[in-house]
Amino acid sequence: MKNKTSSLPQEGEACPSRCPDNSAFKQQKLPAWKPQLNIATVLSIFFLTGAFCLAVGISLVLSANSVREVQIDYSDQCSDCSKLRENSSNWYKECHCSINFMLKDDMLGDVFMYYGLQNFYQNHRRYMISRSNEQLLGQNVNIGNSYCAPFATYANGTPMAPCGAIANSMFNDTIDLYYIRNSSVIQVPLLKTGNSWWTDKNVKFRNPISYNLSSAFAGTARPPNWQKPVYLLDEEDERNSGYINDDFIIWMRVSAFATFRNLYRRVRRVRQFADGLPAGNYTFHISYSI
Amino acid sequence: MSLFGLKFGKKKLKEEERHLQANNRDFNLRFEYANNSIKTSKYNFFTFLPLNLFEQFQRIANAYFKFLNSNLFFLQLIPQVSSLSWFTTVVPLVLVLTVSGVKDAIDDFNRHKSDKHVNNRPVQVLINGMLKDEKWMNIQVGDIIKLENNNFVTADLLLLSSSEPHSLTYIETAELDGETNLKVKQALTVTAELGEDLQKLTEFNGEVKCEAPNNKLDKFMGTLTLRGEKYALDNEKMLLRGCTIRNTEWCFGLVIYAGPDTKLMQNSGKTTFKRTSIDRLMNVLVLVIFAFLALMCLILAIGNGIWEHERGYYFQVYLPWEEGINSASYSGFLMFWSYVIILNTVVPISLYVSVEIIRLGNSFYIEWDRKMYYPLNDTPAQARTTTLNEELGQIKYIFSDKTGTLTQNIMCFNKCSINGKSYGDVYDMSGQRIEINEKTEKVDFSYNPLADPKFAFYDHSLVEAVKLSDVPTHRFFRLLSLCHTVMPEEKKEGNLVYQAQSPDEGALVTAARNFGFVFRARTPETITVVEMGETKIYKLLAILDFNNVRKRMSVIVRSPDGDLTLYCKGADTILYELLDSSCDTLKEETTEHLNEFAGEGLRTLVVAYKNLEEDYFQDWIRRHHEASTALEGREDKLSELYEEIEKDLMLLGATAIEDKLQDGVPQTIETLAKANIKIWVLTGDKQETAMNIGYSCNLLNDDMEDVFIIEGSTSDDVLNELRNARKKMKPDSFLDSDEINIQFEKSSKKQRIMPDEQANGVYGLVITGHSLAYALEGNLELELVRAACLCKVVICCRVTPLQKAQVVELVKKYKKAVTLAIGDGANDVSMIKTAHIGVGISGQEGMQAVLSSDFSFAQFRYLQRLLLVHGRWSYIRMCKFLKYFFYKNFAFTLVHFWYGFFSGFSAQ
Repeated sequence: MKNKTSSLPQEGEACPSRCPDNSAFKQQKLPAWKPQLNIATVLSIFFLTGAFCLAVGISLVLSANSVREVQIDYSDQCSDCSKLRENSSNWYKECHCSINFMLKDDMLGDVFMYYGLQNFYQNHRRYMISRSNEQLLGQNVNIGNSYCAPFATYANGTPMAPCGAIANSMFNDTIDLYYIRNSSVIQVPLLKTGNSWWTDKNVKFRNPISYNLSSAFAGTARPPNWQKPVYLLDEEDERNSGYINDDFIIWMRVSAFATFRNLYRRVRRVRQFADGLPAGNYTFHISYSI
Repeated sequence: MSLFGLKFGKKKLKEEERHLQANNRDFNLRFEYANNSIKTSKYNFFTFLPLNLFEQFQRIANAYFKFLNSNLFFLQLIPQVSSLSWFTTVVPLVLVLTVSGVKDAIDDFNRHKSDKHVNNRPVQVLINGMLKDEKWMNIQVGDIIKLENNNFVTADLLLLSSSEPHSLTYIETAELDGETNLKVKQALTVTAELGEDLQKLTEFNGEVKCEAPNNKLDKFMGTLTLRGEKYALDNEKMLLRGCTIRNTEWCFGLVIYAGPDTKLMQNSGKTTFKRTSIDRLMNVLVLVIFAFLALMCLILAIGNGIWEHERGYYFQVYLPWEEGINSASYSGFLMFWSYVIILNTVVPISLYVSVEIIRLGNSFYIEWDRKMYYPLNDTPAQARTTTLNEELGQIKYIFSDKTGTLTQNIMCFNKCSINGKSYGDVYDMSGQRIEINEKTEKVDFSYNPLADPKFAFYDHSLVEAVKLSDVPTHRFFRLLSLCHTVMPEEKKEGNLVYQAQSPDEGALVTAARNFGFVFRARTPETITVVEMGETKIYKLLAILDFNNVRKRMSVIVRSPDGDLTLYCKGADTILYELLDSSCDTLKEETTEHLNEFAGEGLRTLVVAYKNLEEDYFQDWIRRHHEASTALEGREDKLSELYEEIEKDLMLLGATAIEDKLQDGVPQTIETLAKANIKIWVLTGDKQETAMNIGYSCNLLNDDMEDVFIIEGSTSDDVLNELRNARKKMKPDSFLDSDEINIQFEKSSKKQRIMPDEQANGVYGLVITGHSLAYALEGNLELELVRAACLCKVVICCRVTPLQKAQVVELVKKYKKAVTLAIGDGANDVSMIKTAHIGVGISGQEGMQAVLSSDFSFAQFRYLQRLLLVHGRWSYIRMCKFLKYFFYKNFAFTLVHFWYGFFSGFSAQ
């Protein structure tokens, strides 16, 4: 192509009208980087990336190893209760169950208590959309228009608060933790607030405004599977009751897979639990459907 | 334009003949001819929405996306199926429709504006003896209008009279065919008398009968009846809409066709769309993707059925089945459609739009490329079709014209043979031929004040012969100065410029001028020649014009002394058959010279003359007049008459014109050959000339094993020659075990694609037009393709424009390859339109080739950059884009697919 340059107008020379501009863009001469792939560059980049990933992986593994975890499957251990519940018509019946376990070492630092479910398809499409975000914001809406059906209204027209399949199927086991030291039983203090996301608690969930909570939910009824109305979710703390109850908020944040864990409680670090859970014997006390 | 067709189809079935009378609106109105307002816009304010939507849904490319999309939309309305909120599918659909709708609206708005502008142009019309300013759109068929210098012609007009002598009118047809040289039109003598006398013009009541509106720019047939006498009308008397009046103060014209009936509007038809192989690949891919989508949805639907049966059944406490769903399999069926909606992103909806945008960008890069800009005539490259860029990188066959494409088409008179003596070569003292270079002494033409200073000739003996008043030499140059269609322009005394439509003629007339036979002026009836300083006026009695079949032209003139002579020049093959037997010996000598000239790559013409008898001529001219006023079969009758008079000619000699190669042609051809692109040259020149050009531009060279020449004159000869050539190139292709033979026996009738074969060396093939005609017939086609495709280079000489297209068609038919045709003249148009990609050289021979091409530039050598740089880049970019596009779609969609296995196949 060398021979062509001879007939070209020289750069800077005045161009006739129809001559294309000599800009880098129009002449496709913008600076560009085209990597030349050869063995040396490819291999070195490959191994460098590998080394970086390895380092990240190792540090992740190390930090994960420092986390102590105790996992107890109480479906088997509380088989009586489980059997009772297999027949879904017994859903309302109370059932209690205790599980003992032993911590060999101290569990230092913050201690979190999770509940986990298996084969619970919170990610099913119709389950996921079965809620009314407007209602959960405390707005007075006609939930008949939402996807809440068939958990929207009762036959007599009373709306459910909160509506939808998610709310209806809320996890309602109560779990208490006891520490057994020298045959004295001490209840481990657990925090039930501050477990949810700030945005959920303060932005996405709001109670209807009224002079008190029960009047705010007047004219509505609890979902069919619930034992108590929504404004009694936390009878001790009004700021943790109604739609802004932490347990409720956490449940409403549905999981992406059918097997999942949700944060339930945090150990309050006071007295002998100031450093976490000391080694020793413990008991979980589980009350179904309260 | 189809709208007009429709409208007229309804009004009256078909106009067979047009009949009109000048200055008689009432008479003409009866026929309901269209008036001069034009409408190129498609919509108005109210019809835009429905018409545009209808049109958009008709576009094939968009059709099935929109079909799919609207289907999706309706699926969404079914609550059990709807898996996404409704606007997720509506938004892209509306977006695509809006974008193209807005583009159409802007286009149409511009058309409205230009229509309005054109329709409102003023023009002077003769109404009731007065000239009045009217708008263009109010002009009716049969009106007489006045045009002034530099005006656009308002409608298709019959020229009545003009300010120039002999009612000549000069026009520029740039808008019509892109040619910028002036053309001359001339009115009938009987109407020319009208002059600018408004009284006479108002009284003019000629009746015109002519053919119905059509789109043939170069043909017009009709008669004018005035005071009971009939006059023939042809294209020479027509001013077509779209032309511009030049060098003419004023002229009057009678409106024959107006508005949508004009030849310009009739010609603005739709061009056929060329699609690239990537487009076809894309269509296949999209179909495959559709199938893939259906498969995915099926798998997920089955999965859903099983899941609902195994798990969902027990999950009903928390999530009861929807109303109306009573079994897992029904749920699975509905889920199939839900997944169709959710996975539709795998189908590339915006693909076609994005592809078009990328191509547009690449086209801009081609137009912006300074390396394809030719500064000498200020021509940048042009991408006239924006959809073919990536195909440029896939070219396998190039079909090239020779004249004006490989060569510059700047002709110079180089040699001649007069009465058996050859002139043009320079010899030294010992009789050795000397190479002509810049130092060689030029012939001094100073004795001739009218000589063109740019003309160069080196053989002094010719000037001596002229000066010695050698009779054949004088006759030779007299012929050159008389027998042509060149227009002279003499703006200053002595400063002659010739306007020639063919550069060959210009070169010949210029040569005659320098040797002392100066063609000075032309009127329709006379030609003024200054012969050796003495002005002579010849009466021009008839012009027997040139066309591609006749390949010759003649004039019949009466000299000042009263002698009647026919002068003829034309191709040697044609003219030799018309010669008188008395000049056989001269014929042999001239043939020798002709071969010599052709061997040097020169273009040759043979010239001859004939003295005519007065009585015979008078009879002939009477019949000629009859024939030329006939409405039917005029051309046949005329050509019969021409043949009658053009015989028993006396040979005068031959001319040789040099056509120089363009810059960089050999290098370009070499590079393209290295890229494994096969180059076929299709030319109208004779074999020797063609082969010579072939050698000089590196197409043929001595490294080739052999150059086969196919020149058989019967079908069998051609077959044998082709077979022999193939036998030499690839002997085993005749064995029964040859794969291609087996393949062809199996699939006898179906569309066959020929695989590429490899010859045992580098070969060239030269085939003449005569043999080509046989070879292109049914059973020989295959032999031709096989033999020709084994060769690296194929040269077809003496081919007609139709044959050029046939050859391209042949390769397209048997080879799965992308073809490119490049040419510059009107004779290349058919080939350019046939090939996958047509390239026009915007050069000397006018612009028809450019107008029908997909890409155009000024020099052959830019082809290299177009193919090897832009073509390659476009292809690479397009492939990268497509790869990424499909990757993106699949990555996005397969996530949904796999998640289905974790979410109970619930279309989440």
